[in-house]
Amino acid sequence: MMTNNVIVIGGGTAGMEVAGQLARQGCRVTLVEKNPETGGNVNNWHHLFPDRRAGKEVIQYLRSQIDHTAITLITGNTISGLRHDNGSFLINTSGGDTIAADAVVVATGFDLFRSERKEEYGYHIYDNVITSADLEEMFREGEVRLTNGNIPQTIGIVHCVGSRDEKAGNLYCSKLCCITAVKQAIEITEYIKDARVYCFYMDMRMGGAMYEEIYREAQEKYGVNFIRGKVSEVSETIDHKLLLKAEDTLAGRPVKLKVDMIVLMAGMEMSEGGIEVSEMAGLNRGANRFFAPADNHFGSNLSNRKGIFYAGSCTAPMNITETISHARAAAAEVIDYLKEKI
Amino acid sequence: MDKFGFTLSKARVIDLDSNDRSIAEYILRNEPSFSLCIECGCCASTCTAGTYTPFSLRELQILLKRGENEKVRTNIGKCMLCGKCSLVCPRGVNTRNIIELAKKAFKNQETHAI
Repeated sequence: MMTNNVIVIGGGTAGMEVAGQLARQGCRVTLVEKNPETGGNVNNWHHLFPDRRAGKEVIQYLRSQIDHTAITLITGNTISGLRHDNGSFLINTSGGDTIAADAVVVATGFDLFRSERKEEYGYHIYDNVITSADLEEMFREGEVRLTNGNIPQTIGIVHCVGSRDEKAGNLYCSKLCCITAVKQAIEITEYIKDARVYCFYMDMRMGGAMYEEIYREAQEKYGVNFIRGKVSEVSETIDHKLLLKAEDTLAGRPVKLKVDMIVLMAGMEMSEGGIEVSEMAGLNRGANRFFAPADNHFGSNLSNRKGIFYAGSCTAPMNITETISHARAAAAEVIDYLKEKI
Repeated sequence: MDKFGFTLSKARVIDLDSNDRSIAEYILRNEPSFSLCIECGCCASTCTAGTYTPFSLRELQILLKRGENEKVRTNIGKCMLCGKCSLVCPRGVNTRNIIELAKKAFKNQETHAI
């Protein structure tokens, strides 16, 4: 059998998994990652839901997946050109390489919503308004502290930051933030004894495996408070605390709460790198800006261009379990395509 | 002297079979974004009128949709049309127009013009 060359764009969860799968099926794979290190967004997560596995453990697994002689890893490079030439693809990297490939897998993932765009929540304006990713960094460092070094006692968690929000330009639900909020609320109470944690939500979307059970545990075992109302604005009080405003829609009255720290549950957006690749390669995107698969049911790994495939959260918000499954399915699609091609 | 016998109290149930949805239907015909509310309460949270009086645009909208119009009729005048609710609405509901249309519908209903 002829050896096929496949290029995988993006060295996060999806890209690493698909590269490993393809290499074990006999393909020669070039994996291009824009950052100096592989791992993508998982690098920013200390612990993962549902079982609070260390993010590092997933990175280790993925790195073992790509530890294969048939995989060439190019880090610190983006794609600067992609063209189809005589049945194969020619890809230029920002480092000046030109790589020929029989198939391309796009695994450009997601970017976290830049929370400063929701100015009314005060990110980068007030001290102690942080994002879910910032909180993971604090967990990694081993302590949750305010900018003045004190330990916060009252913490507000704001759901749906940049998701389900026409004003942010994102109509879709990012799907992972609710369970992230519940996970982080529990963790806060573990880091800070007697911390009071309040989650402000529009709907609790607990659709994944073990999510609802964790939600229940947060109420029963950890005393996390859940208030049904979208936070309209955050302001700073004269004593340098933060004031949250919402409507407690179930009580039918406005509610305000003074807290020491606010954690914004930033949503997921199509990555900027993915948008560049889509423009370069003429790949269709949906109204949500993510890549639009050729078929929602039977072709979620297929693009509008023959030989170009999708893996992972560049097509829609996905958790790690779903991303790995989607990447494996992408590998199967690529192998089928290459067999037919010969 | 005590009265004996039964007293009739109106059932608390929202009776969707008999409630009058004509106001909601009128608003919806003229302002399709009326259908988009997800009850997040952001409008009521930011509302100055709602801070001091029992006025919640979120509540009034759902009451209209259920045909429970009386509370809306007596409370809708509290809105000062400042428009903050439309600035925060994540669904892009044209809140100001809904208030205007509701007022108009109530007025028309009084004059049997709806």
